[in-house]
Amino acid sequence: MSDLLLLLVTGLGLGALYFLAASGLSLIYGLMGVLNFAHGVFMTAGAYAGWLTMGDLPQSLPVGARLAVGVVVAIAVGAVIGLVVEVVLIRPLYRHHIQQVLVTVGLSLAGVAAAQGIWGADPRPVETPTWMSGTTVVLGARLPNDRFVYIAVALLLLAGLLALLRYTRLGLVIRAGVENRTMVEALGIDVQRTFTIVFAIGGAAAGLAGVLYSQYAGAVSPGQGGSLLIYAFIVVVIGGMGSLTGTAVAAVVVGLVQQLANYYAASGVGDLSVVLLLALVLLLRPSSLKGATA
Amino acid sequence: MNDNRPAPAVLSVTDLHVHYGGSHILQGVTFDVPATGVTALLGRNGVGKTTTLKAIIGLAPRSGRITLRGNEIQTQRTSRIVREGIGYVPEDREVFGGLTVDENLRLVDPDRGVEAPVVAELFPDLVGRRDQLAGTLSGGQQQMVSLARVLLRRNDLLLIDEPTKGLAPKLVTEVADVLAEVARTTPILLVEQNLPLVRRIADQVVVIDAGRVVHRGDAAELVADPALTRELLGVAMRREGAA
Repeated sequence: MSDLLLLLVTGLGLGALYFLAASGLSLIYGLMGVLNFAHGVFMTAGAYAGWLTMGDLPQSLPVGARLAVGVVVAIAVGAVIGLVVEVVLIRPLYRHHIQQVLVTVGLSLAGVAAAQGIWGADPRPVETPTWMSGTTVVLGARLPNDRFVYIAVALLLLAGLLALLRYTRLGLVIRAGVENRTMVEALGIDVQRTFTIVFAIGGAAAGLAGVLYSQYAGAVSPGQGGSLLIYAFIVVVIGGMGSLTGTAVAAVVVGLVQQLANYYAASGVGDLSVVLLLALVLLLRPSSLKGATA
Repeated sequence: MNDNRPAPAVLSVTDLHVHYGGSHILQGVTFDVPATGVTALLGRNGVGKTTTLKAIIGLAPRSGRITLRGNEIQTQRTSRIVREGIGYVPEDREVFGGLTVDENLRLVDPDRGVEAPVVAELFPDLVGRRDQLAGTLSGGQQQMVSLARVLLRRNDLLLIDEPTKGLAPKLVTEVADVLAEVARTTPILLVEQNLPLVRRIADQVVVIDAGRVVHRGDAAELVADPALTRELLGVAMRREGAA
């Protein structure tokens, strides 16, 4: 029982990280049809921004406080990078999907190389607040505290994004744009500006994902964002590309399947099971690739 | 309905060309839209009527000169052209099916949506359906949403593409009534295959064939001349028909 509870909570925590990584990707694809392979770089940038910020702040400050500031900086860095990438690289390439893929893949490779050049290829350890590295005993299971943080942050992000989509004018334009962006433009609405904002939101979510994933991994490394991006893509495809709630459900399912398979089958089977799950979903519901409503 | 002299042009299209891939769809289309009444853009299927509207609004890659109230708009983006004063109702309505009726309207009028006076005045059926998803509406109701959406904005000109396509005769009459009412205050460039409707509400006609304008003139004169109608449009004017 305690093992199962532990697996469920750690699986949910992992799913929460996947959702943080995938939410921006899903929004960007849903509205703009852009498969952003550079999303991993946004996450890596967020992770390094958080790590550098924590290192630069006075060490007399508690780790938790420095991490909180690091999270804010990571979100801001992710947003700015997302905004710049959209304006400079993506905007000239709307309707040129192959070129978008080439540019974003190129950017992801360049980003990793740049991080390696500046900070080296080796993982750099990050500080973790004492409470986050501890555990809480529930029903006999020693549950890692950091998973509760990831779950709470993911729930807050999901609620925030859903509220944005449901109750704001920007959200209304995004939902309409996911259905038919040409018609949104034909109603006199500047979709391009909405694209930029969505890219910035996606970048901010990626920055948040990056800094929290570095807490999960205990280190930052140049390839970290790319590793997480693979799962983010799987989650987005399973959830129905462009569907935020679908992405959230898929992230939970993927996290749980991965944890349970790793424990009950063999270590490493979790990754394989996720790929099998993706194949199964695509076989049974190929429309997952065609997108959904936000 | 009409004085034979067209009013000054609100829209002028000069030497408009559109290429899609290797096809030269519009080959130097030139015409004016008067500042009052309905101008019907007619022609056989596939001659470039819809493409002409899309080119004017900026949804098709084009070259040539397009002026609205004397100001060139051919280099502007679609959203800017719409804000300059051209409303566009597309051929297939293209309502946002996942949004409610009210949300469809609030995209254009965030403050009032379905509560805007023009909705109650021209589309009273929509008021009671404000929270219904637009994708679940009938074709006629979707057309009303599509029309209402553009009428929430101040327009100097409306481009309306086959508003009666696929509608039952009773709904065709309702749409025609709305268009006639709207045309009292806003000029309309109307693509329409339904000649009885054209006869009822249009003042001027522009006929396109193979990407070129082949006839301009009075709508009543064209539809009253079966031989000319047959020559230009490939059909004879029916005596009956819903409008």
